Amino acid sequence: MQLSAAQVTKHYGAVAALRGVSLDVAAGECVALVGESGSGKTTLLRCFNRMVEPDGGRVAVGGRDVLELDPVLLRRATGYVPQDGGLLPHWTVLRNAALVPRLRGGAEAAQAEAVAGDALRLVGLDAARLGERYPHELSGGQRQRVALARALAGRPSVILLDEPFGALDAISRADAQRTFLDVRRARPTACLLVTHDLHEAERLADRVAVMRDGVIEQVAPPAELRAGPATEYVARLLQRTQL
Amino acid sequence: MSTADAIVRRTAGALSVEQRDPPSPRRHARWLAARTYALRVVALLACAIGSAVVAGAQNATRSPSRSTLDAQVVPRGRAAAVTRPIVVASKPFGESYILAELFAQLLEARGFQVDRRPGLGATEIAFGSLRSGAVDVYPEYTGTGLLAILGADSVPAGGARGTFDLVAREFARVYGVRWLPPLGFENTYAIAVRRETAQRLRLGTLSDLARAAPSLTAGLTADFIGRPDGLPGLARRYGLRFAAVRPLLPAVKYQALASGAVDVIDGYSTDGLIARYDLVVLEDDLDFFPPYEAAALVGARAQREAPGAVLALTELSGRLDEATMRALNRQLEVDGAPVAEVAVAELRRLGLAAVGRRAADAPQRRARGSLASTLWAERAAIGRRTLRHLELTGASLLAAVLVGVPLGLLLERWRGGAEGVVRGVGLLQTVPSIALLAFMIPLLGIGVVPALVALFLYSLYPIVRNTYSGVRDADPPAVSAARALGMTPAQVLRHVRLPLAAPIVMAGVRTAAVINVGTATLAAFVGAGGLGEPIVSGLALADSRQVLAGAIPAALLALLVDVALGGAERLVTPRGVRRRAAG
Repeated sequence: MQLSAAQVTKHYGAVAALRGVSLDVAAGECVALVGESGSGKTTLLRCFNRMVEPDGGRVAVGGRDVLELDPVLLRRATGYVPQDGGLLPHWTVLRNAALVPRLRGGAEAAQAEAVAGDALRLVGLDAARLGERYPHELSGGQRQRVALARALAGRPSVILLDEPFGALDAISRADAQRTFLDVRRARPTACLLVTHDLHEAERLADRVAVMRDGVIEQVAPPAELRAGPATEYVARLLQRTQL
Repeated sequence: MSTADAIVRRTAGALSVEQRDPPSPRRHARWLAARTYALRVVALLACAIGSAVVAGAQNATRSPSRSTLDAQVVPRGRAAAVTRPIVVASKPFGESYILAELFAQLLEARGFQVDRRPGLGATEIAFGSLRSGAVDVYPEYTGTGLLAILGADSVPAGGARGTFDLVAREFARVYGVRWLPPLGFENTYAIAVRRETAQRLRLGTLSDLARAAPSLTAGLTADFIGRPDGLPGLARRYGLRFAAVRPLLPAVKYQALASGAVDVIDGYSTDGLIARYDLVVLEDDLDFFPPYEAAALVGARAQREAPGAVLALTELSGRLDEATMRALNRQLEVDGAPVAEVAVAELRRLGLAAVGRRAADAPQRRARGSLASTLWAERAAIGRRTLRHLELTGASLLAAVLVGVPLGLLLERWRGGAEGVVRGVGLLQTVPSIALLAFMIPLLGIGVVPALVALFLYSLYPIVRNTYSGVRDADPPAVSAARALGMTPAQVLRHVRLPLAAPIVMAGVRTAAVINVGTATLAAFVGAGGLGEPIVSGLALADSRQVLAGAIPAALLALLVDVALGGAERLVTPRGVRRRAAG
């Protein structure tokens, strides 16, 4: 298992964000976490790169308990794409994409720009044309692709994506989703994708985990989910998104 | 008080008898009036003897000072070998400049080295400096000592003598500071009217004024209207009720009176302008105003280390009467003569300085003519002061950046206490600058050091506030992503927060710098020089050209600093951020 959460709990003050969540993501697999805001999906995602420290349970990445890993090194080994891109506005596109190899230092740092260029091409951007631009000079869709390239440049075995296409318009989103599928075909990396859009989840993920109120209601491949919702909530959710 | 004491004591004041009505009797009016009359007669006789003693006996113990100083024996000084210069200061108004210059030149004539610090702040700063030993001597007034420094709420009996005895005793006891025997004149509030008004309404005293007041308009300074020893008390004592009271700025009150816009003003009895406008000063026949006798105030350190200098200063005791002082003020404020020249001529006239002695230096040489020609004539001094101003501003700002930026960064890492610390620094900003300077004198003396510390403290807040807010609020998504991708907190600070906050930090530095350039003009109040110097002396001498010779370069300097740091702000703005801001 690339990612593994077992009976993970997390409280923010009196509010329980996670109440004993268990989830596994296999190597090369993409699992989508679907749920309403406040269901705990982002909190769970952030447990895997230790941006959130759970109160209980066990979180493992690559078979190792994250508590045994240095958080900074863990994060450098883990791809991450936030909703708003989170590009550094004062760095060029190429430099942004080269962030992780540079942070890792050594031989990787020397290769950082070349690796970043490859990653940009992988997400469908012309590195030669756009590499020297600044984030604000790009479209929203292009920015999210740069964020994806930045996550890929370190060649991680896991990528965490937190509503990566949620802020894009419908056309850009469709393009970005296509790019994501292409990338996954080229580089089959384990992915955990948080989204509130069930259609997106069905389109991009091998399995879909439905979260509600800090608990996973059901995990199943999209077709299976459609065929046999395990709980009333999942059934209602499917019904609502049946267009 | 024995009669003999009084005679000797009054010898000084008696000099004025020939030129002007001597100070009126106090409190127990009748009894005192009789006594004073007797004293005047005796004093006239004593005058000759007294002056002879004063003039002739430079090494002797002076008789006029004896009675008031019975407990404090005047040391038998010589023109002594004091290695450090005697620091002579003044308060920021014309008369104080003249008296300090008289002290300074007299000391120089007796072989002492002198360090002049004219125009020190107001009473708190001048007296604070004296108390701390940063200043050795400055001219002060007994009424001010009584009300402003000792904080007394009533005037002791015994008139000028009673007040002098009280302040001399209390200052020695409380501060170890010594009042030398009075110089010989009082500078009290002078309620003045035009000569024509006085003749038409037969006004000679304030009681006469009370009778005529309902038909007169008074033009009074805000200070006088407000303070209890001003109009409110005066009106109560005399039953004064003016037809109207108009608040006037000190600078315009004489003109307002002369032009007929008002009928009565509050002046100072030795103002040079009283004579110029041929005004009549009404006698305070009910002794409302406390006595304001001028005297040299000498600090403890000077008494200990330079008794010879203290003795030399007593040579001026009793030598300046009100008419003389008025004439000197007039030379300075009306004729525009340099302070040093006014002083050297007077010392020569008094026989206290060698004839032909030149003024040691004449820093107050004042050009007359157009503003442009004044500025041109003063270009060297303006250049020198601008340089000093820049030194003060630059050094204090640099220190504030070196402390404020790291402090702001530190607070970003320690947010729990951050707001408290920033507010604490902000609180410094609310301390009035003159008060801050005054607080600092006991610790740091006067001159450049307290000015630098004050300017440093004032510059701190904008820099700390902007640094802290700038790094704290730097692009949160970018900061979060940088952390999530494996930047250490130090890397986040260095590569993300700081570059993104740089323009905001710089804006703080810019704000601090402009405030600093303006505030640095106040450095002149503690003798630190800079462009405030001509502003302070210009205000003191009612010389607007002098004020502008400081204010114009200071304003230009502030503009220049603002523009330069605006450029720096753009320079440190990261490219990606700048474009976004522009777009």
